[in-house]
Amino acid sequence: MQPFAYQAPTSVGEAVALLADPERGARPFAGGTDLLVQMRRGLFAPGMLVDVKRIPELNRIAFDPTEGLTIGAAVCCAWLCEHPAVRQQYPGLVDAASIIGGAAIQRRATLGGNLCNAAPSGDSIPAMIVLGASATLAGPKGTRTVPVADFCAAPGKTVLRPGELLISLHVPPPAPNSAARTRSGARYLRFIPRGEMDIAVAGAGAWLALGDDGVITDARIALSAVAPTPLFVEAAGAALIGQSPTEAAFAAAAAIAQEAARPISDVRGTAAQRRHLVGVLTRRALHGAYQRAKGEACDD
Amino acid sequence: MNAQEQKPFAVVGERLPRYDGADKVTGKAIFGPDVALPGMCYGFILRSPHAHARILSSDTSRAEALPGVYAVVTAADLPPAESADHRYARDNTFASDKVLYVGHAVAAVAARTPAIAEQAARLIAVEYDVLPAVTDVLAAMRDDAPILHDDMRTHSLAGHGDKPSNVASHFQHLKGDPARGFAEADVIVEREFHTATVHQGYIESHATVATWSDDGAPSNGALTIYTTTQGSFSVRDHVVWLLDLPMSNVRVVPTEVGGAFGGKNTSYLDVPAALLARKARRPVKITMPRPDVFLATGPSSGAVFRVKMGATRDGRITAAQAELYYAAGAYPGSPVGSGANVMFGPYVIPNGQIDGYDVVTNGPRVSSYRAPGGTPANFAAETLIDELAEKLGLDPLEFRLRNHAREGDERLDGGTHGHIGGIEVLQAAQTCAHYTAPLTGPNRGRGVAHTAWGNWGGRSSCALNVNGDGTVNLVTSSVDLSGTRTTIAMQAAEALQLPPERIKPSVGDTDNTGYADVSAGSRTTYATGIAAIQAAEDVIAQMRARAAALWDVPVESVAYARGVFASGADLRFTFAELAEQVTGSGGSVGSIANVDVAEWGAGFSTHIADVEVDPETGKVTLLRYTVVQDVGQAVNPAMVEGQMQGGATQGIGWALYEGYAYNEKGQMLNANFLDYKIPTALDVPLIETVIVEVPYPQHPYGVRGVGEPPIVPPPGAIANAIYRAAGIRPDHLPMTPAHLLEKLGVIES
Amino acid sequence: MTNKTLVSATVNNEPVEFLCEPQQSLLECLRDILGLTGTKEGCNDGNCGACSVLLDGQLVNSCLVLGVEIEGRAITTVEGLADWRGLHPIQQAFLEADGFQCGFCTPGILIATKALLDRKPNPTEADIRAWLSGNLCRCTGYDKIVRAVQVAACHLNNTCEVDA
Repeated sequence: MQPFAYQAPTSVGEAVALLADPERGARPFAGGTDLLVQMRRGLFAPGMLVDVKRIPELNRIAFDPTEGLTIGAAVCCAWLCEHPAVRQQYPGLVDAASIIGGAAIQRRATLGGNLCNAAPSGDSIPAMIVLGASATLAGPKGTRTVPVADFCAAPGKTVLRPGELLISLHVPPPAPNSAARTRSGARYLRFIPRGEMDIAVAGAGAWLALGDDGVITDARIALSAVAPTPLFVEAAGAALIGQSPTEAAFAAAAAIAQEAARPISDVRGTAAQRRHLVGVLTRRALHGAYQRAKGEACDD
Repeated sequence: MNAQEQKPFAVVGERLPRYDGADKVTGKAIFGPDVALPGMCYGFILRSPHAHARILSSDTSRAEALPGVYAVVTAADLPPAESADHRYARDNTFASDKVLYVGHAVAAVAARTPAIAEQAARLIAVEYDVLPAVTDVLAAMRDDAPILHDDMRTHSLAGHGDKPSNVASHFQHLKGDPARGFAEADVIVEREFHTATVHQGYIESHATVATWSDDGAPSNGALTIYTTTQGSFSVRDHVVWLLDLPMSNVRVVPTEVGGAFGGKNTSYLDVPAALLARKARRPVKITMPRPDVFLATGPSSGAVFRVKMGATRDGRITAAQAELYYAAGAYPGSPVGSGANVMFGPYVIPNGQIDGYDVVTNGPRVSSYRAPGGTPANFAAETLIDELAEKLGLDPLEFRLRNHAREGDERLDGGTHGHIGGIEVLQAAQTCAHYTAPLTGPNRGRGVAHTAWGNWGGRSSCALNVNGDGTVNLVTSSVDLSGTRTTIAMQAAEALQLPPERIKPSVGDTDNTGYADVSAGSRTTYATGIAAIQAAEDVIAQMRARAAALWDVPVESVAYARGVFASGADLRFTFAELAEQVTGSGGSVGSIANVDVAEWGAGFSTHIADVEVDPETGKVTLLRYTVVQDVGQAVNPAMVEGQMQGGATQGIGWALYEGYAYNEKGQMLNANFLDYKIPTALDVPLIETVIVEVPYPQHPYGVRGVGEPPIVPPPGAIANAIYRAAGIRPDHLPMTPAHLLEKLGVIES
Repeated sequence: MTNKTLVSATVNNEPVEFLCEPQQSLLECLRDILGLTGTKEGCNDGNCGACSVLLDGQLVNSCLVLGVEIEGRAITTVEGLADWRGLHPIQQAFLEADGFQCGFCTPGILIATKALLDRKPNPTEADIRAWLSGNLCRCTGYDKIVRAVQVAACHLNNTCEVDA
């Protein structure tokens, strides 16, 4: 690894000042589980790492039934997944955050880092997309909010501007509107060859909301590892609106997701395998999301 | 079995904790990368980014000029080659005219810090003329394939070929009349199999520290090497061979070894470290980064098999035929020979033919991997055996029993079977809890596979020294990979009739022990155990003589039993009392036994696998797994179980997850533990073990080799289980989800 | 390179101070600067778990932590498990249950086991396998490791049957 400078600021302002100085060539550093590996491979050589783990705003988890969930960008996956409100209200997020690496990685890797790494295979990104999550960024020119669905631009590339830092992720409350009996559920599933420790060959996140009559009132589907970025397939979710939550309806939505996928063949899987898996995983994720919307446990 | 009636041994057969255990749970054990010497500097090896290229020029001047750099070495620093084998070994240390695989070493740097060494290595300018590369074994055999070695001619029974070829050799085993055998068959099955290159995947990377004494010493420059290896003497001999040094001047001190499985039979870093240390005039340490372990150390061969078998309606094999094509990597020497031995090894084949091809390819030179060459061959053969049993309507174990070899039967690869326990193993499998339990549920299936694997004997040495308090130091030159210190000491304790806590075993270095071959081939507990028993018997003989002298009685009158020397009714010494006497005056007692055990005794193993296949994703889940194995006599059953479970798990990885992936340029795409997928704790169930003990006559206690057989059957057992679960016969290793989906017709290949 | 930082931390309950460069991992600092070679490097990219240590009681891969990050924090390595009373019950359990062969992955697995049992004193076999899935072992097939963790749990909970 090339030498670099290290700073651990305790405020967003200090961090942004360090990141915004073009002379420093600074990068934010949270869990480091992707960053340090990439630096050792020589993929890039920042002049400075700005450790953001000592900034209070980036280390908070806050849940409010009306405001939703705010996750600091430096919150590690294990902490997130152990948070009672997150476990109860956002099991679809836990699905994804709990499978990013094994127990040791879980205590370092962050949702913020998973998003900023912008890998097509980033498990948490489709899970956040289907929950309608957004990212809050701070930069030299102030803060702004970007939907997670629009955050990734290309493999390893994001909409972050020079000097900008991801502060937090915001997930809306689980119930999508004020109708008392509206229920929603989310599920993220990925396919990997081993039981753990692999990168997704393909992944699918699904979220749906049921009306009083049991009909689907809203749905979102997003995919991982089958396009240059995590892929929000709006059409697949839209096709479910007004439908009864049947396996046939899920299969039809899954077919739309398959059409939208643009998979490649690489060391982890073939394009044909990935396109096929999109269908299977989308259907299974919708099934799981529906079970959760009904208040049941997932059966797979 | 008699053993059940009367326990024949006092120590052998006990589940004793290992002598090295406390050091290994406290972090005190010194492994290769843990060695540090005063004044040590650090080496880094520059490796080829190309799979096949001619080296046009190389300029090390910028590296040499970097502050903190102490030495730069290349092939030019090595003495010239004297034979083809020597040239291969020399060129595999540092490429001279051509690089033959990505990761091929071209130069090395020693510097004050690892970072400076790496930085300097990147300053070495090497100009390459990149050539087409070939990594697939069949592609390498085509007439238009890029040729790796211009002077290589195929060696076969007919002599040498007349034009350059990547086929280093072709051999054939022939027995009976295969054409007639197939004509007699009622059922014939035939398939082609492709298996990927796999790596031993030890978690401890290679590491070496080399240091020289001053040139002015009487020995004129003695080299000491601390390294993680399966054989201190094999490292010594390799260094002596390549650097042209007197054997006496190279001392190799083996460290604890963090996994090897055949991959540390070969020396990679020792010669570069020695060259650097000589030039830098200070100790040099080289540690291999994980990607380089995959790229530049010997994995096992990728292979292709074409196999055909025939049997009669009453379940007798009439003929078998196989072609084995093994990729050797950059230089000849694939384990195709032992693959051929395994192919139909357990069975009586009246008419058979095996053709084996050793083919060079643009990959790292292959090395041994636990039962070298056996696992993929067994996968091919046992798939066809299963298919024959199915077509004949026979239970798969019953079909194997009907055709199983017995003592005195002639093997297809030549020679005859000795006293073997294959039938006992199959019978134990038939009656074990797993095989007799029903398996129910959709998409589930049970498969079996069976293998023979011959353990090696070889040269071993063991020294025993009796201390004044009656304790005994045992020193062996056999490197302890996973507990042999303990199993050798247990055999010494048995022979000395002493409790095991009185024996203190250790592994010596090449200066202070007798010669030993590598700890490999399932030989160490077996062959070095024989040396320990011989040394113990000599110690007892000496002690008896000393007691006789002290007592002034004829030596024949001195008996020894259970730690007590006695003569007549009154004369009595405990071992400790006599030890105190003899060390007090007249010279202490000790013995060294050097053996060369020639016997080749086959061990047999049957595996039973229950799987569930997800027909939508192709994912295979192992539900239950049992290993049945003849171990002759289990010296330490807990450690025997560990070998069976560990070997099986490596075979499971080979079956389902592991394989080198190359692009068209011959670059490996998964040189890391993320995408080269060895099984995790989640990928295997608890692995049941059934120890069968058919004593091996050539060992005093009946011990057979244990380590290798269990890696062989897993792919076959799992493939056969997948067939029962999903109706498809996988013909590729690893049996990836994509492969299964293709076989299921769910996706296109 | 003179770009060194002074780091003050607690390692195995002892205060330590050391100088390191920012690019040096905690693993390098432990092994090469502090001489604690019990923690092993297997892959240097977070995939094998041989370098597992506890950072303020939390399981981490020390190859993916920078030495400069541990300023003011507490590290536990395998060398910190045993104390003057003798081996830690987890170490004892691995000896009893033969939970290792070559012993190279063992320090990381012992540390990971401590982290597991600290938070979950009675793990199921599935819990143990999931928790240890980041710690590769190439020798044992995990069977005896899983059983050793079970033995360790009952030692620590005093639920083991009394030795005969």
